[in-house]
Amino acid sequence: MYFNQILLNIDWPLFAEKLVLIIAVVMVSLFVAMYSTYFERKIAGFMQDRLGPNRAGPFGILQPLADGLKLFFKEEIVPTFSSKFLFILGPILAMLTAIMVSAVIPWGDKFHIFGRDVSLQIADVNIGILYIFGVVSLGVYGIMIGGWASNNKFSLLGAMRAASQIISYELALGITLIALLMVTGTLSLNHMVGQQKDQMWNIFRQPLGFLIFLICAFAETNRTPFDLPEAENELIGGYHSEYSSMKLGFYLFAEYVNMFLSGAVMATLYFGGYDIPFVNDANLVHSIGVNWVAVIEGAVFFAKILGFIFLFMWVRWTVPRFRYDQLMNLGWKILLPLALFNMLVTGALILLKQNHWHF
Amino acid sequence: MSEHVTLTEGNVEKETTTINIGPTHPATHGVFQNIVELDGETIVSAEQTVGYIHRAFEKIAEHRTPYQITTLTDRLNYCSSPINNFGWIIACERLLEIKIPKRVDYLRVIIMELARISDHLICNSIVGVDSGAFSGFLYLMQYRELIYEIYEEICGSRLTTNMGRIGGFERNFTNQAFEKLEKFIKDWPPVLEEFDNLFVRNRIFMDRTIGVGPISAERALNYGFTGPNLRAAGVDYDVRIHTPYSSYEDFDFTIPVGSTGDCYDRFLVRDQEMKQSMEIIKQAYQKVQEFKGAEAEVFHADVPDYYLPDKKDVYTKMEALIYHFKIIMGETKMPVGEIYSSVEGANGELGFYFISDGGRSPYRLHFRRPCFIYYQAYSELTKGGLLSDAIITMSSLNLIAGELDA
Repeated sequence: MYFNQILLNIDWPLFAEKLVLIIAVVMVSLFVAMYSTYFERKIAGFMQDRLGPNRAGPFGILQPLADGLKLFFKEEIVPTFSSKFLFILGPILAMLTAIMVSAVIPWGDKFHIFGRDVSLQIADVNIGILYIFGVVSLGVYGIMIGGWASNNKFSLLGAMRAASQIISYELALGITLIALLMVTGTLSLNHMVGQQKDQMWNIFRQPLGFLIFLICAFAETNRTPFDLPEAENELIGGYHSEYSSMKLGFYLFAEYVNMFLSGAVMATLYFGGYDIPFVNDANLVHSIGVNWVAVIEGAVFFAKILGFIFLFMWVRWTVPRFRYDQLMNLGWKILLPLALFNMLVTGALILLKQNHWHF
Repeated sequence: MSEHVTLTEGNVEKETTTINIGPTHPATHGVFQNIVELDGETIVSAEQTVGYIHRAFEKIAEHRTPYQITTLTDRLNYCSSPINNFGWIIACERLLEIKIPKRVDYLRVIIMELARISDHLICNSIVGVDSGAFSGFLYLMQYRELIYEIYEEICGSRLTTNMGRIGGFERNFTNQAFEKLEKFIKDWPPVLEEFDNLFVRNRIFMDRTIGVGPISAERALNYGFTGPNLRAAGVDYDVRIHTPYSSYEDFDFTIPVGSTGDCYDRFLVRDQEMKQSMEIIKQAYQKVQEFKGAEAEVFHADVPDYYLPDKKDVYTKMEALIYHFKIIMGETKMPVGEIYSSVEGANGELGFYFISDGGRSPYRLHFRRPCFIYYQAYSELTKGGLLSDAIITMSSLNLIAGELDA
């Protein structure tokens, strides 16, 4: 009876709409991650004065497909003395948590189709940032479990590095976000974008906060100069030394998905999300209709994300990586105090503004 | 050498981790092993193992003629094979007391300094790679290609060149060789400048290398360090100055010296040496161009007993055929004697201790390989540091497995 009622009460069009959106977002995330590998290699080639992949298809654009296919066909090796269940769980968790972030990101304002307003956000939860934070924290389990289950000392060292690194940098990240929340007064990403549309981008209100967030994002995604967990010159492959086939592919892929989504989060939090710069959206909706605006917004949002992805790659091919103790020093002795200072200043300024104090 | 933690079998109280860096670890650029005892990430002790690619070169050399030994010397430090090659040839020439024409000396200087640049550029960019910055390596590698093209123009091969002949070169340098040299002289300095910009004042790189793997001048001398690694510790010893060979006394250059002997100093010393080498090459090239008339065509000394004749002459001239046969079959004997001759290899003093009993091959030939000496100190250099430090120290010592194991 009760179950029946639930079925009756479901808003089926909404269900279908969300299902399509979920599939689309996951597909897009994977597609972008796939092509990020291609761009990474092309950009590396550009920076190192060489060509990069150019064999598979015109300009090598089929290279990611070939790579993926190759990974699928590779022999799957599970080390004899590994913990088999956890060994398989590791990459799954890494991939899952990477993709789960995409659920709360507003990809655009809304479409108007079949007389319905279709929101371009899978779940407009009012605790959007906390959700992202939680899911990202889970990401370390994928690495930890994989590194531990491999029963390899190098993997374990990599996993330990990853765990301590992500935990250390999450603190600074969290405190930076608190300062941001004090400014915006909302946890919902959609509201934040709305605010930035109306007023100004958060980067101008929280410049220091953005910088800290950016550095922490590098650390959270394990990208150079924070790629200690997989430092191939020291730890061979780090936590994924023992992985082969698509399980390895999942780890590598998860890194790129993470990069894409952290770009999306940064664009949403600090760069106005899908806000089109220098344009009044309301006027634009009048002139070309809501659907076209949504398309443009989506494109602008993607451009911002791609900008971040390029930044990630640019940094990767330029700077060396930190040493373990330097990484910890940076996290605990520089970023954390800076984040606290940022919070303090933000709080003071808000208080000043509220009380109309003048000096 | 190092006190290793030893525990009775079945004891689970061991708190340190033993890991093998090498012989197939990405950071050991070659085949050698370190057994490292780690407490967390800190190195408690490190024990070096050598011999994975020991090929018994010294023993093999005991029944080979001088020209057959050139193939061995080229495979010591394969990053700068012409220096090894000429080092051996110079040792033979000193034993035979052959007077080498100036032009040959200068041409050899050009090649040896090119080889030094190619060796140092690899070492420095590999330090970059091992600290996590990959771009510098591939960027510099394509300029090593320019050096290899010069080799190719001179002798036909690239990596293990086998370029020297007792008395001079196999053939004269072609115009293309000089053109390629000019191209290198023009193209290389700005690239090195860019590389410097990427690393020398890079905060992360400085943090990673300053104070890492240091050695005092005293310890370095006790171990028998030479070359850039000794100079980084503050001792201005350079074979090119102290016992000049191949007319190095004709050139004007300085020896860069460090102070702390850490990875950063070693990096900077190599960096400056590349610039000094460039100066030497320019001077040598100018001197070579100043030769006029018949002198400008000289590329070997007149020592028919030891200088392999031109192949064309071998087919057409009786005398050349006889000498060719004698040299190839080892009929030209080396005089009785004992000599230690050394050159400033890219890695340090590369010495050849050569005892001849008057036979076709050395009675005993010892290679003084600088890498082998550096590796003795590795345990001391890395102890107490982090795993990452050990890796970067290894690459900044420029350990080359071929030279290490011989």
